[in-house]
This record gives sequence, C-alpha cells and structure tokens, in this order.
Amino acid sequence: MLFEVRWHGRGGQGVVTASDLLARAAIIEGKYAQHFPEFGPERMGAPIRAFTRISDKPIELHTGVYEPEMVVVIDPTLLIKTEMILQGMREDRPLVVNAKTPPQTLVDRCKEKNIKLYVVDAYTIAIEVLKRPFYNTPMLGAAVKVSGLVKLDSVLKAAELRFSGDILKKNIEVIKKGFNEVKEYA
Amino acid sequence: MGKVVGLMGDEAVAQAVRQSNVDVIAAYPITPQTIIVERLSEYVANGELDAAFVPVESEHSALSCCVGASLTGARVFTASAANGIALMFEITFIASSMRCPIVMAIVNRAFSAPINIHCSHDDTVALRDASWVHLISESVQEAYDNTVQAFKIAEDPRVLLPTSISLDGFILSHCLERIEMLDDEVVSEFLPPRKAEYKLDPEKPITFGPLALYDYYFEFKRQQEEAMRNALTVVKEVAKKYEEISGRKYGTIKKFMTDDADVVLVCMGSAAGTARVVAKSLRKEGKKVGVLSVRLFRPFPTEDVRETLENAKAVAVIDRSSAPGCVGGPLFEDICTALYDLPERPLTYNIIAGLGGRDITPDQIKQMYNIGFKYIEKGKVEDKVLWIGVR
Repeated sequence: MLFEVRWHGRGGQGVVTASDLLARAAIIEGKYAQHFPEFGPERMGAPIRAFTRISDKPIELHTGVYEPEMVVVIDPTLLIKTEMILQGMREDRPLVVNAKTPPQTLVDRCKEKNIKLYVVDAYTIAIEVLKRPFYNTPMLGAAVKVSGLVKLDSVLKAAELRFSGDILKKNIEVIKKGFNEVKEYA
Repeated sequence: MGKVVGLMGDEAVAQAVRQSNVDVIAAYPITPQTIIVERLSEYVANGELDAAFVPVESEHSALSCCVGASLTGARVFTASAANGIALMFEITFIASSMRCPIVMAIVNRAFSAPINIHCSHDDTVALRDASWVHLISESVQEAYDNTVQAFKIAEDPRVLLPTSISLDGFILSHCLERIEMLDDEVVSEFLPPRKAEYKLDPEKPITFGPLALYDYYFEFKRQQEEAMRNALTVVKEVAKKYEEISGRKYGTIKKFMTDDADVVLVCMGSAAGTARVVAKSLRKEGKKVGVLSVRLFRPFPTEDVRETLENAKAVAVIDRSSAPGCVGGPLFEDICTALYDLPERPLTYNIIAGLGGRDITPDQIKQMYNIGFKYIEKGKVEDKVLWIGVR
C-alpha cells in the first residue's frame, strides 16, 4: 500500500530532515520510499512543506502529494492556518500537531471533517532536552507512533546516519519522547 | 551484490561518477545540478576519488577544459543545466566534432526568462543537434545506472561522442529514493581505464580540430553521422552488459502495456512513472492504454518507436518544453516523423505540459488519454497541439 505524508513547518525548523529520516527509516526496513521537499524561495521562517511516500512496492509516481494519508505540523504558529493544514485530507486520516492545546477552530474543523487529531507538546520536549526550539525530531517520533509506518528502532537507526555524538543522543531521546507522549485529542 | 541506499538524484549521479574512476572533472555549479559538483569536489578533497577537480569560472570554460582533458585520453565528466548549457553551447559542437567522449549530467531546468530553477526539458532539447548521445532518466535509479553506462557508450571506439544523461531538475535531482548501488569493484571492472586510440601525446604529436574547409569538413560530419548510427547498436550492447552486473534491463525505449493499446502516451523523464501508474488504473477500467517512454533521445530510436506504435489507434506525445512556432514540440516531431512511412498511421496529437516545474498530475494524464479516445471516436484529431495544466 502507498502511504503519503505531508509535513508543514517553517524554513530552518528541520522539516526536510524529519521527512528525510522517515523515508530512510522505511528504506532501512527494506521498504520503498521517496522524500522530497517543496522548493520555492528558501527563507528562514517562511512556511514550507515536505513530502514522504512509503510503499512495499517500487514507487513510480513522480508527482505532488494531493491527498495525504497523514499530515504533520511541526510549527505551532501554523495551526491557525486551518484550511492550509487540512487541504486534501480525507476522513479518518490522522493530523499530528505540535501543541499543548490546539486552537479551537482547528479542533472544530477536524470534528466536522472527521479527521483524527493527535497532539504532542514538542515545544516542551525540545526545550527540555535540546535546549533549543527544534521540534522536528519529536514530531517525527509522534508521526511514527500515530501511523505505525515504520518501527521506532528503524527511525533511530536513520537518525544514526544523520547525527552523531551528543546531538545523536539527544535526538534519540526526543524522538522517543515524541513517540511516547503523542495522544489523540479528545 | 550491491547495496540498497536512500539517495537523491544528484547524489546518485555523483556516486556513479566516483565509481566510474573519472580522471578529470571540470564544472561550474548551477541549481539544480549543484549537489553533483559539491559531492564530487568532496570525494576528490577527501581522497575517495583520485581525479583532478577543476573549479572553472564559467560553463564555457568547464566544457573547454573537458575537451582539452578528454583529448589527452582522460575520462572526463561535467554537469550543468539550463543557462549553463546555453553558455557552453559553442563548445558542445566542438566536443562532438573532436570526438571527445565526455559524459555530462544535464539536470533539466527551464531556460530564463522569467528566471526559473525547475524542470523543463529545454536544455537537453537545445543539444539535440549537437551530435551528442542523449540518455534520459525516469528515476533516481535510472540516473545512477545511466551515468555508469554513459562512459561505456561514449568511449566505445565505434562511437567516441560526448554523452549526456538527463534527470528532471528537483523532481529527481532533489528527491530521495531507494536505489541499489553496485559495488565499487563491479563498476571498476565494467569500466576499465579508458584506452584512447588517438590522443594528444608529446611523443607522438597529432593535431585535433584544425582547419577543414570545403575540402574535408563534409567528411568530418559524415563520420559523426556514422558514429551516431553506431551508437544505436552500442547503447543496446552496453545495456545488455549492464544487465549482467545489475539485473536491471535497459533499452532505447521503455514499453508499458503497449502491445494491444488503443491509446499510447509517449513521454520522457520522470512523468513516465506517473503515466504508468495511471495506465495501470485505466486498464482496470477496461481502457486499453499504454506508455512508451524514450530513454535514448539521440540517436533517435526510430525503428523501435515505429514498431511499438504501429498498431495504436491514437498516440499522444508529451513535450516538457515548448518550441514556439514549430509544428509541435520536439519529441512530437520525432514521433510523427518515425510514424510517417507507415501505411496506416495512428492519430497523433501533442501535449505541452509541466513547463517550469509545473506538476504533471495523474488527473492531467487521464485527461490526455481521454482526448485520445474522443479523437478515435470522431475518427480525427481536432486540436493537434494542446497545452494541459496551463492557466
């Protein structure tokens, strides 16, 4: 089965890295995967998107993702952009957001559209462990838990390809925390 | 055998070039080719690749440097895109006339203006008549495989022509995919060091590219034509040898469900995979559709194309570049020419799509097929050239 993920965040937050690591984790498991960011003017702080495709079979599609199976929002300030986040999302699909409490408009729209809303406080996780507002890796952990696309262990192996030393240790910790702390918002 | 890795298109090309044991790389960075040049400079700097890396001041110089290096018998690589290709245009004809088997990656990007860094096939098409062998990639795996094969094709004594491998800018160059890389030793064995029969050698001085007016110029051109015809055979031979080491099949074209298809879509590059996905789903609805994708753009595989398309009722050709004022896009003209001598020709129509990186979507491809069924029903083509996806 083909599974498509859309990531939302802002330039400089590691949106591309999160998508990249998810694709690599799938490849480590022997699955097929694609990861591609959206390339426009690359500015720090501008809203950007990245996409991951995962399948058990070779992926031949080379086109945008229009009806994602899951949407992950790394940056909490984008949560007010309800329609942008929900674009192309079908019923029963999970939306994973970085928030203590998501904005009420988003909660209401998710109910209307029958979309499953998951939250994790990636901000607090990042500040506690990384001491800096890098929400991408805790959100990756959360996305892995919600989707069950790949094993947590595979994501940690993918992280080892990307990070080393203390940075690796801390990222492993936040991925695990994101994985363990994400909850369906009721 | 080999190893499975996740690589972006540009990275895959750089890895293939490293494994191909090139002697000289001269290149100037341009988006979306930059990663290739960056990676290769790293390989040379950290000793993974024993080659001379020449950071030149322009693309004109890059290819000039490649020509000089190639004439000494070296294995040479460069990479460029769009405006970079335009700047090196003068030297592209010199490289082929002097029979330099340079390999160049073209990471397809639209020509300015307006400035655009995304995919059109303008740059590959611009070199159509430059006497280069042009290989087109549909995926990251193919970009890797084509790069390794390109050196073997270019350096074959029957060919000795520069060879390009094209990959769609961003759609493939910056897309991470799962690919299987060959072992370094396997590639080394496939590509032993180049043996140039004629080269610049102070011990045995000869001259390349001297003056030839109406006395000999004509004969030089005829030899290039012969080399191009030979390339058609060599591309197939190299593909066979490559299959032995990789298990992956290549030809001049790729056919998908074309045998009994009523409507066949013809295209080049990354859109081919999307087209196959759509074709598969339309087949489930009982619609007889197929896909022919062109891997070898030059020399154009006329016979293979004709044989594949002769029984189709309608043929749609996607051009990812516009040629204002022409009958249709460049690939469309090739396809029509290939079909012209058939006693009964399929209906043909051209689709200009995906310019400047505009997405070629599954919905658009469905639309392209539906137009074919409509034309079959009416027994004639209404609009010969359609622009799909334009606002």
